[in-house]
Amino acid sequence: MAKIATREAYGQALAELGEEIREIVVLDADLSKSTKTSVFAKKFPDRFFNIGIAEQNLMGTAAGFATCGKIPFASTFAIFAAGRAFEQIRNSICYPNLNVKIAATHAGITVGEDGATHQSVEDMALMRAIPHMVVINPADAEEAKQAVRAAALHKGPVYLRFGRHPVETIFDKNYRFEIGKGVILREGKDVAIIATGVMVGESLKAAETLSKKGIEAMVVNISTLKPIDKEVIVKAAECGAIVTAEEHNIIGGLGSAVAEVLAETRPTIMKRIGIADEFGQSGNPDELLKLYHLTADDIAGAAEELKRK
Amino acid sequence: MSITQEKIEELTSIARNVRRHIIEMTAEAGSGHPGGSLSCSDILTALYFDVLNVDPKRPTWSERDRFVLSKGHAAPALYAVLAEKGYFAREELMKLRKTGAMLQGHPDMKGTPGLDMTTGSLGQGLSAANGMALAAKLDRKDYRVYVLLGDGETEEGQVWEAVMASAHYKLDNLTAFVDHNGLQIDGPITQVMSPEKIQDKFKAFGWHVIDIDGHDFKEILNAVEEAKSTKGRPTVIVAKTVKGKGVPFMENVADWHGKAPTREQAEEALKAL
Repeated sequence: MAKIATREAYGQALAELGEEIREIVVLDADLSKSTKTSVFAKKFPDRFFNIGIAEQNLMGTAAGFATCGKIPFASTFAIFAAGRAFEQIRNSICYPNLNVKIAATHAGITVGEDGATHQSVEDMALMRAIPHMVVINPADAEEAKQAVRAAALHKGPVYLRFGRHPVETIFDKNYRFEIGKGVILREGKDVAIIATGVMVGESLKAAETLSKKGIEAMVVNISTLKPIDKEVIVKAAECGAIVTAEEHNIIGGLGSAVAEVLAETRPTIMKRIGIADEFGQSGNPDELLKLYHLTADDIAGAAEELKRK
Repeated sequence: MSITQEKIEELTSIARNVRRHIIEMTAEAGSGHPGGSLSCSDILTALYFDVLNVDPKRPTWSERDRFVLSKGHAAPALYAVLAEKGYFAREELMKLRKTGAMLQGHPDMKGTPGLDMTTGSLGQGLSAANGMALAAKLDRKDYRVYVLLGDGETEEGQVWEAVMASAHYKLDNLTAFVDHNGLQIDGPITQVMSPEKIQDKFKAFGWHVIDIDGHDFKEILNAVEEAKSTKGRPTVIVAKTVKGKGVPFMENVADWHGKAPTREQAEEALKAL
């Protein structure tokens, strides 16, 4: 199957939704060709607003639109959305619970060659900590497309996290994305791998490797980091050991969210695969995934290690 | 438009009530920002009792004019004006800043009728006002958007991002006021971090600039009329004001930015008002 970047799916989905939901307006900060909001801009030039290289104003303007009944999608790179405009998102959007969708692309180290300044490895932690915010990190193009629609229909602020790097297709058209619902992609009883975003595909590959060694791994996709699906996490914990996998700092993201649930319900030994509290660097995205230990082999290795304990 | 003497007397009387409320509510709360509330009381009174097309019985009416208090710490002034206008009971004013009360230390649009935006973190209001003005243009609606900034607030970088955008999008349905009282928490704005000359900066960004005395109702109302008839660009009304206006011992004293009067000081202030 062809690999597609989730940002591509976002651009297509937004342009399609624009027809159906006339309240949608799209704002970008001079990155519309990269975030793919340019597809919407071409189709609905009147409802597209380039705010220029001014992310704080981007978020504030989106908030103003929302007070007038519009459904603004504000796009830029994850580092500038969640990072630079954090306090605008917190005070002008989330505190008044305004209906703004922050669609951030170029998340994680798979941004690649641009290097650490542009590789957001903290955004999910930041966004997850703000009251009212929903945080969604889709695993593939199909889920991304459906998540855009779900976000538009949800009342209140949503943070959508998309990647630049093409990822394998996991879901087909029959899949039904629901905010707050985790999905068991593979049944297994020996160990559970709970993954999000680009790491879901890697986790499925890891499960195949483990199976050959006689370890049957359950694989769970958590695309909504907040509100998180506690039920599916507790169910995964029945395996007795959990590996989490995310293209994000191991502090504050999926690993932390899963640990929070389990510590209060069913303490389970865990291993967190993610970026080990360090900055990224320039390089080819696939090479960077290897360098930062974010591959199927790393996940499988962590699972085996847990099983030995 | 001719402004009648009667109108001016009416506004003067309301503004006096507003100032009395500000003193009483901040004294009761034991904290808050009287100085910058008193400096913008006349502007807010003029807006809500003459300029804005609003209806306190329908605070979320979609065709209403919008107002954003970007300098959100002047909330006591806005709350007093909204109460006078009938958005909520005057009794609420005395619960300002108290646990469980509707009136938060800084404006919270979720809980308070009449507030068009949540503000308080400086520098963010003009961006929101831009969004509202753009939405009006997109929907071909006639409502206008007003926003009030502090002069010290213009030290925030986001203000200039927004100033650039209002001019770029030719938002002639947007009017900004700068409450130019010359003082911020740590002292005179020219000493702390001078944003002067504010008028020249707005002009350089393509705004129409009007200079007024922010305590003269005739000048406030005339400036609004001029802003309404200015097409193709936004207007800023730079209003020279006095921090602590109306209370002699508070006037032009930076210390009264974020300090509430004691009971005795409040009594003295109320005598002067």
